[in-house]
Amino acid sequence: MKITYPHMGSLSRAMYGLLTGLGLEVVPPPPITKRTINLGVQHSPEFACFPLKVNMGNFIEALEAGADTIIMAGGTGPCRFGYYAQVQREILHDLGFDFKMIVLEPPQGHLNLLLDSLKELTIKDGWPGLMRELLLTWKKIKAMDRLQARSLYIRSRELEKGSATRACERALAMVDDARTTAEVDRMLGLGMAELNAVACDHGRDCLRIGLVGEIYMLLEPYANLYVEKVLGEMGVEVERSIHISDWIREHLVLNSLPLKGSCKIKKAAAPYLNHFVGGHGWESVGETVLYARHGFDGVIHILPFTCTPEIVAQSILPAVSEEHGIPVISFSLDEQSGEAGFITRIEAFIDLLKQRRLTRTAAGR
Amino acid sequence: MSVKIGIPRALLYYHYFPACEAFFKTLGAEVVLSGETTKSILDRGVRAAVDEACLPVKLFLGHLADLTDKGVDYIFVPRVISVERKKFLCPKFLGLPEIAHFGLPGLPEMLETEINVDKSYEKTLRNIRRLASSFNWRPWVVRRALREARLAQEMYESKLRRGLTPQDILSGNSTPPGPAKVRIAVLSHAYNLNDPFISMNLVAKLRQFGAQVVTAEMVRPQDILRGAACLEKDIFWTFSKELMGAAFHLLDEGNIDGLVLVASFGCGPDSLTCELVERVYKRDGKIPVMLLTLDEHTGEAGVVTRLEAFCDMLHWRRAI
Repeated sequence: MKITYPHMGSLSRAMYGLLTGLGLEVVPPPPITKRTINLGVQHSPEFACFPLKVNMGNFIEALEAGADTIIMAGGTGPCRFGYYAQVQREILHDLGFDFKMIVLEPPQGHLNLLLDSLKELTIKDGWPGLMRELLLTWKKIKAMDRLQARSLYIRSRELEKGSATRACERALAMVDDARTTAEVDRMLGLGMAELNAVACDHGRDCLRIGLVGEIYMLLEPYANLYVEKVLGEMGVEVERSIHISDWIREHLVLNSLPLKGSCKIKKAAAPYLNHFVGGHGWESVGETVLYARHGFDGVIHILPFTCTPEIVAQSILPAVSEEHGIPVISFSLDEQSGEAGFITRIEAFIDLLKQRRLTRTAAGR
Repeated sequence: MSVKIGIPRALLYYHYFPACEAFFKTLGAEVVLSGETTKSILDRGVRAAVDEACLPVKLFLGHLADLTDKGVDYIFVPRVISVERKKFLCPKFLGLPEIAHFGLPGLPEMLETEINVDKSYEKTLRNIRRLASSFNWRPWVVRRALREARLAQEMYESKLRRGLTPQDILSGNSTPPGPAKVRIAVLSHAYNLNDPFISMNLVAKLRQFGAQVVTAEMVRPQDILRGAACLEKDIFWTFSKELMGAAFHLLDEGNIDGLVLVASFGCGPDSLTCELVERVYKRDGKIPVMLLTLDEHTGEAGVVTRLEAFCDMLHWRRAI
């Protein structure tokens, strides 16, 4: 059995560690390139959202590289993601690939279904081994999230362009190589030190921008045209509203339990949208309100083209923007998005924010 | 003078209007429908909506604007989340009151009753009762309104199974067209297919070209369930379940000559379900399929040409 999985930001790193740790043979999907996107777009439904197309490209390239089992997440709606795997399986079968697809459905109140689908994998040390590896991966994911969050601060203040990105890569790789939970903690410390060692101008007065939107687009740098890096290197401190650890908590583990963090977001969204709308539409509205309250200069909202939950959010965001006095810009991205146009729009947005800050400080004086 | 309640002639109108009308009339309110879709109604909707919103949402906003002009006291915009267990409607229905509220400032008060059968049937019923009692305090009138609504809806659905489309019934046409030379299934969200302006009178045109039209509403619910049962994973959207169930049932039965899928540009559920239906039909290889995508720019001539060509092809296949 040669297992593969789709890319999703640094989750693919963690997945690789988890699966090899379980003693399984893994064929990681090749890094996303123009070819991945082309393959995905060619074989996916035209109006499917962008993440489905990128997944398809990953699967095709991994199957070409010799994989024969695909691990994919499921869902219970109303977002389209819950039905991705079904459509992808049919398309790949029609393309003539011979493979098995293991869909991890989120547990609805009980864990049986999820555990049943995991049973299909032959695991080295049985359940104890699985538990140990899951715990280790969970720690790694949390550590990686913390490193990435830190890198966003460092990148905006680095003296040499690109040094924060390189340090972050090194730090992530260090955590990735850890084999025990204690080692993860140690590597996290070392990684942080690595990041903090980047030459920075800590006194720089940076613009602060919050990133909200659909999770895949926020987490996968190729899909969001490396927005964090682009902004960071323009000297903007970015904060991303969703991390992989949040997603796992929400979708795979504590689906049915109310969480403190997300309750706060929902409360913030309540005057505008007091209901779940699928995907991350509700969170996008709530996070925007929170960013406004926390004194951010602006919010960038990123969604895949035709994502209905985010379109609902997009219809509401102008009102939030007006009432809370925080500029919001929405980017709907897909295989057609051009980098140059994207950067021009970001630059214009940043100029506007800078101008706004200047007039405000002048007025305050 | 009785209160005027506006109901937009869009989205769920084609599914539940008879029930809503009976409900509000029994409560003593006057029901006002928005006008038939025109270019100007659509344009107003397009202006009010986000660019990327799907065509039915834009049209819905257009109809709300039209109702505002008609001077109604309330507009009925329920938040319909789920109409059966474990199934949802498309996410846009979940946020519809908000889309309306922020897209069109200055609307009359909206009645945003929450319908969520998946979560709790009792709570949904309570919500509807509360809505009813805000118009009429007499509990027996409320009970009668619920009964009348159910009756009207059952009547409507039984008429649909006799070969009439929602548009036929709602516009007062009650004689089902007789059998024709070719039988074409037209599967789509009811709100796309039944709006004559949006679908460019697709059903009437097919009938004109000598076809008998079958829609998902004409397929019995048990057949839809049986058709949908062949899916590996239960589909979690009600309307997609109907579309796919009907498509697979009709394929099994084998007495249709062609299938026309009608989707609106950028429709989330359709992008996946139409793909699956198309694939299953093509693997079977017996029944031709055509997928029509509609948006606010669709030119009528192109659609007519494609429909004509499709019908011609079906007639020829019959002849050989």
